[in-house]
Amino acid sequence: MKKDIILCGVGGDGIVSVAKIISDAALNLGLNVKQSEIHGMSQRGGSVFSHLRVSSEPIFADVIPEGKADIILSSEPMEALRYLTFLAPDGAVITNSDPFVNISNYPEIDKVYAELKKLPKLVCFNANAIAKELNARGNMVLLGAAAPYLEIEFEELEKAIKAIFGRKGDEVVETNIKAIRAGRDAK
Amino acid sequence: MSKLLLLGDEAIAQAFIDAGGSAINSYPGTPSTQITEYVMKSKQAREQGVVANWCANEKTALEASIGVAYAGKRAMTCMKHVGLNVCGDPFMNASIIGTKGVLIVVADDPSMFSSQDEQDSRYYGHWAMIPMLEPSNQQEAYDMVFSGYDLSEQLGTPVLMRIPTRLAHSRAGVERKPVRPQNPISSPSDPKSYVLLPVNAKRLYRDLIDKQPQFTKCSEESGYNQFIEGPDHSRGIITTGIAFNYLQENFPGGKCPYPVVKITQYPLPFNMLNKLYDEVDELLVLEDGQPFVEEHIKGFLGKGKPVHGRLDETIRRDGELNAEKVAIALGKPMPKGPAVPEVVTNRPPALCVGCPHIDSYEAVIDVMKKYPDGRVFGDIGCYTLGFNMGAINTTVCMGASVTMAKGAAEMGIFPSIGVIGDGTFGHSGMTGLLDCVNEKANVVIIILDNDITAMTGGQPSSANMKLFNICKGLGVDPDHIRTIVPLKKNHDEFMKILEEEIAYNGVSVIIPQRVCIVENKKRIAAKK
Repeated sequence: MKKDIILCGVGGDGIVSVAKIISDAALNLGLNVKQSEIHGMSQRGGSVFSHLRVSSEPIFADVIPEGKADIILSSEPMEALRYLTFLAPDGAVITNSDPFVNISNYPEIDKVYAELKKLPKLVCFNANAIAKELNARGNMVLLGAAAPYLEIEFEELEKAIKAIFGRKGDEVVETNIKAIRAGRDAK
Repeated sequence: MSKLLLLGDEAIAQAFIDAGGSAINSYPGTPSTQITEYVMKSKQAREQGVVANWCANEKTALEASIGVAYAGKRAMTCMKHVGLNVCGDPFMNASIIGTKGVLIVVADDPSMFSSQDEQDSRYYGHWAMIPMLEPSNQQEAYDMVFSGYDLSEQLGTPVLMRIPTRLAHSRAGVERKPVRPQNPISSPSDPKSYVLLPVNAKRLYRDLIDKQPQFTKCSEESGYNQFIEGPDHSRGIITTGIAFNYLQENFPGGKCPYPVVKITQYPLPFNMLNKLYDEVDELLVLEDGQPFVEEHIKGFLGKGKPVHGRLDETIRRDGELNAEKVAIALGKPMPKGPAVPEVVTNRPPALCVGCPHIDSYEAVIDVMKKYPDGRVFGDIGCYTLGFNMGAINTTVCMGASVTMAKGAAEMGIFPSIGVIGDGTFGHSGMTGLLDCVNEKANVVIIILDNDITAMTGGQPSSANMKLFNICKGLGVDPDHIRTIVPLKKNHDEFMKILEEEIAYNGVSVIIPQRVCIVENKKRIAAKK
């Protein structure tokens, strides 16, 4: 198996923790993992992305070549479009529909949705709204929605959440597990 | 032992702890920060009594490492590429001394994700005539810390490890080695080697020259540099560091049909390179950085078989290397996903909502409206983003706000204002302020005090809680060291203070004090 995943969003929205959970689950299954991210100035309120590569075969580059990503997982609708050149012909885009407007020239949201709808495999829903009800974060809901595309058993993701958030207490673990389940079940 | 999922930075840090490192002295800088941070947070490091410090700057950090080596212990100093400029003096002289057990890790930033230039640290290592390591992946980065210390201790030389952003900030599974004990405290075998009087330095420089063949022999024989056979001799390929991965990415199973010399250790393995040159029609050099190897191979006259790479722009001279650029150089077609729709707009980095710098800059901007000929000299940190607000005119290097303001003021620029953060002021603003005081320069220096080194993720700032006394001690008149809390409600007061200090003919310092908003959230969360 091989999954190349672009995770993207806006600085501070927790994209890196999603990458960590998938990586942890994959490593537990004995798969190879490479996960690349950008820190520093490029982080503050600007576009952020992480390249996550999971494979049963050796992985070479730390970054995914253009046209090779199986999944784009985005916490923001316009950000999902920014990385389209990386998408493979049969790749899927899973994105939050809730725009994050911190720039004055943010496009009309309907134009963004219209572009997204052109994509052959699209999951687009308001993950933030679901997260709010659970007092969780949208990124975890999105992870749940991406789960069916990952070829990693759902229980493995739950195990990784327990391992990563365990020291923050049972409540945090429970909230995050509820969030990924809600994402998986969202339509 | 099971594999740990580690950033390249973290792999180096874990290896430092496992390889019997005694002290890590560094200055934070993207993308190197996570090395020292990891050691600081490591329980194992604490239990082993490892010393881990953030220093005032890269120079003080590296000098501390030379002191650690003098005591016979293993030392590490980490920094970003431009930090190597700051510690150029101890760096060059550590090589003359031939310090044992010193590993200097420098993270370069091709494509300038978070930097002001793309300088390639290998030129420094070559200049200092010391061995260099350039790992191609996280596991090699881990392993090379062990072999780096072996090299350093056996050959009597500091060793430079160079990593680019993509290795520093990419995670992969890493297998650990058994933990080595630290060295006992001891005196240098040649005490005179630490006294660089000309009489000693002349002898030591000759020693360094005489060691070069040994360094090269190690490069040929260590096993890190590899000659990989390939059936197609129409072209030979030389890769350095992570460039090897981008080459493999272009072939199924990573099997390149051309012969390859994979370089991860320097000086260059000349025997391998000669063999490759003799066997092929032309050469392609793949490097994630400047054309360091290519320039060596090609020579100034460019005679002999064709050598392609960044110099002839077969690969673009600027920007990081990637699999696509390698594909183009190999003449392979590259698939691409759909084009980015026109509707997508740029989302540049910005100061956080509630950031104290915003309030400081708004006061500066409003005052400067009255002085169209005045200039504001900026510096390096989150507050460099004030450029997007139209608040600053310059950003050059750490500390240059203070000294450029002085130089410009002396040429008649009025008002001449320097804006620097508390962390950067501690790094290299203080000496510049002393220059201002000594020359009675007509400047206003604003030290944005957010209580932390924010840009790199919140390390303690060396001048923390000492700013007023430092300025006073350097000779700034205490009546002209003003403090204010940068908040919207204090906007008018801030403007008034700034106007008063512009009117004063001499050195003024204004210190807006409010904790970084991100750090503040962290502190509140930690209290809960």
